[in-house]
Amino acid sequence: MTQRLFAPLTLLLVMIFLIGPFFIIVAASFSAGETLAFPPEGFSLKWISKVFIVESFRQSFAVSMFLAIGGTLSALLLGIPASYAMSRYKLPLSETVRFMVSAPIIVPGIIVGLALLRYFVIPIGLSITLALFVAHTALVLPYAVRVVSASLANLRSDMEEAAVLLGSSRLGAFFRVVLPNIRGGILAAFILGFVTSFNQVPVSLFLSGPGVRTLPIDMLGYMEIVFDPSVAALSSLLAFLSIGIVFAAERFLGFSRYV
Amino acid sequence: MSDASYLFLDKLSLAYGKTIAVKDLDLNICKGELLALLGPSGCGKTTTMRAIAGLMTPSSGRIILDGADITRVPANRRNIGLVFQSYALFPHLTVFENVAFGLKLHGLRGEELTRRVEDGLETVGLAAFANRKTPELSGGQQQRVALARSMVMQPKVLMLDEPLSNLDARLRLEMRTELQRVQKESGVTMIFVTHDQVEALALADRIVVMRDGAIEQIGTPEEIYNSPVSSFVADFVGFENVFAISDGRLSTKDGADIALAGTLPKAKGLAWRPRAIELGTGPFTGVVRGVSFAGGTREYVLESRFGSIKAEADAKLPGYPLNSELAFDMPVAAAAPLQRFG
Ligand SMILES: Nc1ncnc2c1ncn2[C@@H]1O[C@H](COP(=O)(O)OP(=O)(O)O)[C@@H](O)[C@H]1O
Ligand SMILES: [Mg+2]
Repeated sequence: MTQRLFAPLTLLLVMIFLIGPFFIIVAASFSAGETLAFPPEGFSLKWISKVFIVESFRQSFAVSMFLAIGGTLSALLLGIPASYAMSRYKLPLSETVRFMVSAPIIVPGIIVGLALLRYFVIPIGLSITLALFVAHTALVLPYAVRVVSASLANLRSDMEEAAVLLGSSRLGAFFRVVLPNIRGGILAAFILGFVTSFNQVPVSLFLSGPGVRTLPIDMLGYMEIVFDPSVAALSSLLAFLSIGIVFAAERFLGFSRYV
Repeated sequence: MSDASYLFLDKLSLAYGKTIAVKDLDLNICKGELLALLGPSGCGKTTTMRAIAGLMTPSSGRIILDGADITRVPANRRNIGLVFQSYALFPHLTVFENVAFGLKLHGLRGEELTRRVEDGLETVGLAAFANRKTPELSGGQQQRVALARSMVMQPKVLMLDEPLSNLDARLRLEMRTELQRVQKESGVTMIFVTHDQVEALALADRIVVMRDGAIEQIGTPEEIYNSPVSSFVADFVGFENVFAISDGRLSTKDGADIALAGTLPKAKGLAWRPRAIELGTGPFTGVVRGVSFAGGTREYVLESRFGSIKAEADAKLPGYPLNSELAFDMPVAAAAPLQRFG
């Protein structure tokens, strides 16, 4: 009897712990008060609309979008051929490469960020934008390789051979037969990469500089100076954007098959 | 079969790394011929086909097609068709698009393309399925799509890897006649792989029996069926009773050597089909250890000095009960002499 109660109770507590803060933030963003507080004081949409007016939010949102889209695309550009090579050919170092490519998942972001700054950005004198771009590409690469590898594993190689025997070149067979059959995996990898990059804090923290910062970093900075509910409003908007993307992906792609 | 050599494999050797899969294979295939590659799993049938198609580079030897050396010609310029054992259809395309795939690559468009694809689908009886996605089709239908996809290219040689082994018994028979019809109507040179002697015998103009990456025997179905050259072929085509000859006497697995009536032919071994064993009379005796009814006949397993003997008798005759003792004969005249043993 106690066990029957225990399991759902634990589940409920975990759910509250995970999702509860989200409801608090959403509620706080509709506050009419001047400071970030819960329970909210009254109801208004003024903080939601303020998000769209603050200039630094607009700039850092653009930076984050550029990094999430550009970084994920370049990770896919590197990750798809790498996954393909590792799945089709017995390469001598493929396990090592697979491991190295996964390293950014395992190594804490703080360390990646510091290392990039100290041994990559400073000695080379890389611009901040480029450094962020490289870092986000590296961060997303593991997801690209994993998800694309998983869909390639389900694809038999004799399909490509059939295409070749019908007159296609090897490269042509890749574009005509392989790519169309892993496009679900590629889209899933894109979404996963996009969300990962967009929510990334520790690495971006080290690499952000004057004038160029990602949205999460900008939000942290903003909160240090102004403690109004606009940060909560922005968080809510971003959360709904993420939920929307994942739902759409599940609906149209069966996202959960790939992750 | 006018042209004596349309496809010629000249001392072809094929290897996967250090594993030699096929060694010094010599084979002549005539234009319009329907050839079967017959052999147990792992003997190199698929490997040989892949080499002919250009999916694998020979470690030595040449492949001559229609007078030209194609050993170094890339697979996409050989125009040799291969229906994979797995069919290897393109799951993201419809039946129509699958069949159109190769034609489009060769620049066909519009009405000409549609006509050729529809003709191809017509030939395999799938005209009504043109707009289906291939994963929705049954195994037999998928195979027909794969066949049509290769056939519309009018390939110089069409090869099929185990085309019947994934089908159930009824479909297999249907597909067998279908393959034969398609081949006769189009006149395409066809090679198909099988490990089933019945299929090879029923379909092929000529059979190549392979063993461990080499050819064991080449011949018409009659030759293979009646005159196997070796114990391996005899075993493979249903001679259930195969014995070696040494010093003019028949030797069995357990070491006994037995004199038979009459003079033994100059051969390394003798093989009898179950049907060739005479039951009820003869110099030898055996005990019935197994009886099974097979429609027109009854099949017996006898325990005797020769070891276990498989025999067969008309089912209309009275049967011999289990564990009864029985006289039998193995007439030398009814045996196939084997030139090689082991
Ligand atoms: N990809 C491969 N790598 C290594 N060895 C292989 C490969 N494919 C086949 N072989 C070996 O080559 C031999 C012939 O195989 P195969 O041509 O597939 O035989 P079959 O089609 O007659 O069953 C076998 O011994 C098999 O183990
Ligand atoms: Mg095979």
